[in-house]
Amino acid sequence: MGYVPVKGGTEAIEASIKRVKYERLKGEAIIEIETILSTMRALVDQVMSESSLYSPHLAALAIKQAEGSMEEAVFLMRAHRSTLPRLYYSEPVETENMFVQRRISASFKDIPGGQLLGATYDYTHRLLDFDLIDEKKADYTHWLQRYFKELQEVDVQENIQHFPKVVEYLRNEGLFAQYEIDNTQPEDITKQSLEFPASRSARLQVLTRGQTGAVTSLAYASLRGYGEVHPTVGEVRVGSLPIYVKHPNEAASSEEEEFYIGDIQVTEVESFVPVNVKNDKNEEELDFEIGYGICYGQNETKAIAISILDQCLEHAHAEYPTHDEEFVLLHIDSVESSGFISHLKLPHYVTFQSKLDSIRQVKKGAQVIES
Amino acid sequence: MKAKTHFAFFDEGSKKEIRRATLKAVAIPGYQVPFASREMPIARGWGTGGLQLTLSLIGKTDVLKVIDQGSDESVNAVSIKKLVQDTTGVQLTERTEEADIIQSRHRIPESELTKNQILVLQVPLPEPLRPIEAREYKTKRMHAEDDYSGAWLLLFEQIMKYGKTATTADHPVSVKDRYVMAPSPIPRFDNPKMDHSEALILLGAGREKKIYAVPPYTSVKSLAFDDYPFTVESFEGAHCHLCGTADVFMDELIDHDTGTTIYQCNDTAHCMDQLNKQEEVEVESIYV
Amino acid sequence: MYETPILQVKNLQKQYGPGCCHCNDLENSMLEKNFCKACGTVYAVRNLSLELYPGEILGVVGESGSGKSTMMQCLYFDTDITSGAAYINRPGKELENVFDLSSQQKRFIRNHDYGMVYQNPVHGLKMNFSSIGNIAEKLIAAGNRNVADMEETAKRLLTNVHIPLHRMKEEPENFSGGMQQRVQIAKALSNNPPILFLDEVTTGLDLSVQAKVLDLIKKIQRELQISMIVVSHDLAVIRMLADRTIVMLNGEIIEEGLTDQVLEDPQHAYTQQLVYSLL
Repeated sequence: MGYVPVKGGTEAIEASIKRVKYERLKGEAIIEIETILSTMRALVDQVMSESSLYSPHLAALAIKQAEGSMEEAVFLMRAHRSTLPRLYYSEPVETENMFVQRRISASFKDIPGGQLLGATYDYTHRLLDFDLIDEKKADYTHWLQRYFKELQEVDVQENIQHFPKVVEYLRNEGLFAQYEIDNTQPEDITKQSLEFPASRSARLQVLTRGQTGAVTSLAYASLRGYGEVHPTVGEVRVGSLPIYVKHPNEAASSEEEEFYIGDIQVTEVESFVPVNVKNDKNEEELDFEIGYGICYGQNETKAIAISILDQCLEHAHAEYPTHDEEFVLLHIDSVESSGFISHLKLPHYVTFQSKLDSIRQVKKGAQVIES
Repeated sequence: MKAKTHFAFFDEGSKKEIRRATLKAVAIPGYQVPFASREMPIARGWGTGGLQLTLSLIGKTDVLKVIDQGSDESVNAVSIKKLVQDTTGVQLTERTEEADIIQSRHRIPESELTKNQILVLQVPLPEPLRPIEAREYKTKRMHAEDDYSGAWLLLFEQIMKYGKTATTADHPVSVKDRYVMAPSPIPRFDNPKMDHSEALILLGAGREKKIYAVPPYTSVKSLAFDDYPFTVESFEGAHCHLCGTADVFMDELIDHDTGTTIYQCNDTAHCMDQLNKQEEVEVESIYV
Repeated sequence: MYETPILQVKNLQKQYGPGCCHCNDLENSMLEKNFCKACGTVYAVRNLSLELYPGEILGVVGESGSGKSTMMQCLYFDTDITSGAAYINRPGKELENVFDLSSQQKRFIRNHDYGMVYQNPVHGLKMNFSSIGNIAEKLIAAGNRNVADMEETAKRLLTNVHIPLHRMKEEPENFSGGMQQRVQIAKALSNNPPILFLDEVTTGLDLSVQAKVLDLIKKIQRELQISMIVVSHDLAVIRMLADRTIVMLNGEIIEEGLTDQVLEDPQHAYTQQLVYSLL
């Protein structure tokens, strides 16, 4: 009797789990959480963003445990998220109050407050720096000292951290519609399943949790021709936002009693998109609309891509998948897409037996007809 | 920053949410109730829908059985059992009749389930109308309007092309003559077991975020035209090479020594049961 | 023709826009064509009433934008109406305004009482399903569950519309426009609907194909006594098919009567212009 892939599952799994741990440890060197936090900023940001859980410490742990696999790290964070009770929603955040670290506009050379480049790879040349192979403590401490000294020689402007929004400048000129501030409770797609047509709050949540690569690809497809959105980036800002929650006992709460629970770093993008709209006389008019993107950490490509897809989905268009909310929103989640693809590795022998039977029966039937 | 895992993994709020959706599903047989599916420690598509149902239902005294493609020891069944036991400490079993909750992927056990049991089926694709309509917005309306001509049309097209319906696993069923439902990729062989089942059948699709149910004693009919009746997989002339049973769903195996095709019960627990019974009879016949 | 109408439409209205004090009042509205300059509302169909009698073909003629296709979409529930009523002479349900029914009940009417042939076959057919399957779909929707029976009906219908049976398992996407249109007609007829809607069915077809399709429609009326509403901008089509004709302009009926009478002795200036431009 030959091998039947049924028995012995338990031992095989145990052995496999040991093996994967061995793979992580076999080099006899481990990375400290602190090292990940201080050296892998982009990775930590991306994991937090795709897992929709803001915790650099847990993200670093997930990265360590997952041996740097994005897919696995996000998966670990999401699963952990499921064990946490949701006790509070934060108060609405006003991004005008962002403590800005970087802020640029592609629409205006001279925006109120000026352009602030901050830290970005945009102007670096992507050449491998072979010096980093042998980077020594003495090297970087020396570099840091010099850098701090340079900083002291720069004139510090007062109050530079808070910038007015570029869009406000245009709103005041009447180029953008004025809207009432809408503080209705957004839907929470992690507590209520997404239904279609999706509200904008649900849409933006799905987009910001989306896999960076998937969101970027779809937005790129839209720009290239499989879509009808051609935006100008009005403003990209990266910085930190203070988060407040109300006292759980609503009756007892007042504005002064809001609790500051910490800062989160986000990237926010407002894209300006020219659209045809109907005015109050039902006539077509050219107007600007805003595509909005926001995500945890510094991930400008993703935030811009979100802003493009936000606009795409604002204007459904049967011809382009990038304008189809079900197509976009149901296929960009890292945990869902990687899970379903990987499930193909599971045994399918019952279903395959059923398929075999069906094909045999059809062939049998065909023979009868032929003869 | 070490955290201890909660009983049955979830926080209580999440469990209540899932149970509410489950109750609604039982109240509307065959209707897919949307729910905010949680991310699980196992991957989407690996049984997270079933697992969420099991974890939301399970109590400390319950006995759990998990099978995957008919087998208690298949890798994924083992992995799911391990997770549930690690977070609950419940008792596990391989014997169908001992279990209170049976979570299964792609099979319904051969021995008949009772009213004290709940069968939880893992569902990859809950929407039977998806092959004819990609959009959820539309399929939802089709269900509401009792518009199932598309599901029937798929069968009709197969008859036109192949001279018979050529569905494989996951052959659509009509529940209580109202909702057309995907029974999950169980073989057609198992479809009749759903009809007027004594046990409550719950179906969970984690990735697609749907829960649906067949309550006990509910009619479940496999879609079939009057003149092309529903048929199950044929194992004509085959019997299990271990226990000798003939009227069950079989795995087809190749005997490596002789190169011939042999058959074996797909439901490993059922096979074991049959073997034990035979042994008892043998023992009795010797000693009595 | 003096019997009870099979379909009665009363004050059907379909507007895009809110309407305002300048256009709400039917008698004294200040519209430019069907458009209110004050609030921008477009009245696609305005206060339209008509009757369709058993076995007759009612022609609807008018220029593009006159509202005739919108009226058809309203009657077939493809689009929601703004206001109005429609009554179908069904036993025990003569007094039901069908626009008030649930979408499930509307679908029932579409499946059992209505047939529709669209100008563009893409709207009426599943292009990547077999032709016979397309016909079966309508039969299945009307409750048929017998394959042999549906196959027989479909074959008879396809023969009637001159589709060679050896091509019945082919998908309409492989067919020419005229063939697609004939499959669509066969599909619309499959459940023997008492009421059939035909929306510009010959537009865009070759002249010889047009003639075949028109012959077919005439034959269907003679043999099956189905009541039809035929929408066309082409007076020749109307002249050939319709017993009675209504003329639409800017969403409203401006003239109606026996087809011969409307075409020989048009009363409204617009109809006169329409008829004489053809001569």
